[in-house]
Amino acid sequence: MSREDVLVSAAWSEENLNTPGVVFVEVDEDISAYDGGHIPGAVKIDWKNELQDPVRRDFVDREGFEKLLSAKGISNDDTVILYGGNNNWFAAYAYWYFKLYGHDAVKLLDGGRKKWELDGRPLDKEPVVRETTAYTAQEQNLALRAFRDEVVDAIGQKNLVDVRSPDEFSGKLLAPAHLPQEQAQRAGHIPSAINVPWSKAANEDGTFKSNEELAEIYGEAGFDGSRKTIAYCRIGERSSHTWFALHELLGHEDVKNYDGSWTEYGSLVGVPVELGSGKEA
Amino acid sequence: MSNGCGAPEQGVEVQVGANEVVLTGKVRSEGGPVGGAFVRLLDASGEFTAEVVSSAEGDFRFYAAPGTWTIRALHRSGNGQASVNAEGPGVHPVEVAVA
Repeated sequence: MSREDVLVSAAWSEENLNTPGVVFVEVDEDISAYDGGHIPGAVKIDWKNELQDPVRRDFVDREGFEKLLSAKGISNDDTVILYGGNNNWFAAYAYWYFKLYGHDAVKLLDGGRKKWELDGRPLDKEPVVRETTAYTAQEQNLALRAFRDEVVDAIGQKNLVDVRSPDEFSGKLLAPAHLPQEQAQRAGHIPSAINVPWSKAANEDGTFKSNEELAEIYGEAGFDGSRKTIAYCRIGERSSHTWFALHELLGHEDVKNYDGSWTEYGSLVGVPVELGSGKEA
Repeated sequence: MSNGCGAPEQGVEVQVGANEVVLTGKVRSEGGPVGGAFVRLLDASGEFTAEVVSSAEGDFRFYAAPGTWTIRALHRSGNGQASVNAEGPGVHPVEVAVA
């Protein structure tokens, strides 16, 4: 797989805003970002209210995903270009989620909203209405998704890549530094995990680093290319960004995203937790 | 999920917990406050820690830990950065000029 199969540039995107069969989708947690100005013609998906089950902690089921994409006017034949704020965290999460339900023609806009805005490219507030479709999804491809028991089993066996900040990894903070620190679960990380913050994979403008730079970053951190891999963070969106770098850009074959992540693992009774930098002295 | 990773609204009054280290201030240019800037918190080694978008009035806020921090702002009109030394809990003001 080449980079062009999974990423598009802001320049390419601006030239293809009206290309038939290409649908731009903004994915944010904060949907007011979209309402304040979006890429012309883009529809929005709300990370929380549209992709998560409203009651249980899980995703909307296959039927729910079909209804959502049909209502958004996305068809099975469309190429979906995802972008969003937070350095594309939620767009990368949606990318992984689209792949999970079998939509292969999906790409990320490299750099997301940040790159688009820093370039001074156009945003508008025009309402976007697309004709509804009859979208059909596949069953979830669980080769991409890790659950808690296999994470516990992976300790010391697979690459566990903790993509949170070093202070969250060591147990000093429970959440990223732009959020209040009010969570109740235990701090720390999964034993044997390496810490490669998601941000290492991104340039300052939000675009992904080159494959050569990425390979060096993960290699230096102790990533073993011969092993299977599970990436996690706090709730599974930053780790989608790293899943994208490892699986889609670097082409590592067996990489799963653990969407339960630290908010699940750090609340489990009886599982091992490690504190500190995790590096052996 | 009520505990997403998106930043809370910037620039509103917040209750600061007794042990919280809050770094807060405005992004400015010669023309006044700069809203919509990407404000990045870098630790003492220059490593990225967090990022928020400044409010319409240029406000930003981080929940950090004691230490020396760099706050770097990116905007289509220009970039800039400032350093702040937070010795302990409390609110530590900092202003960042972009040009």
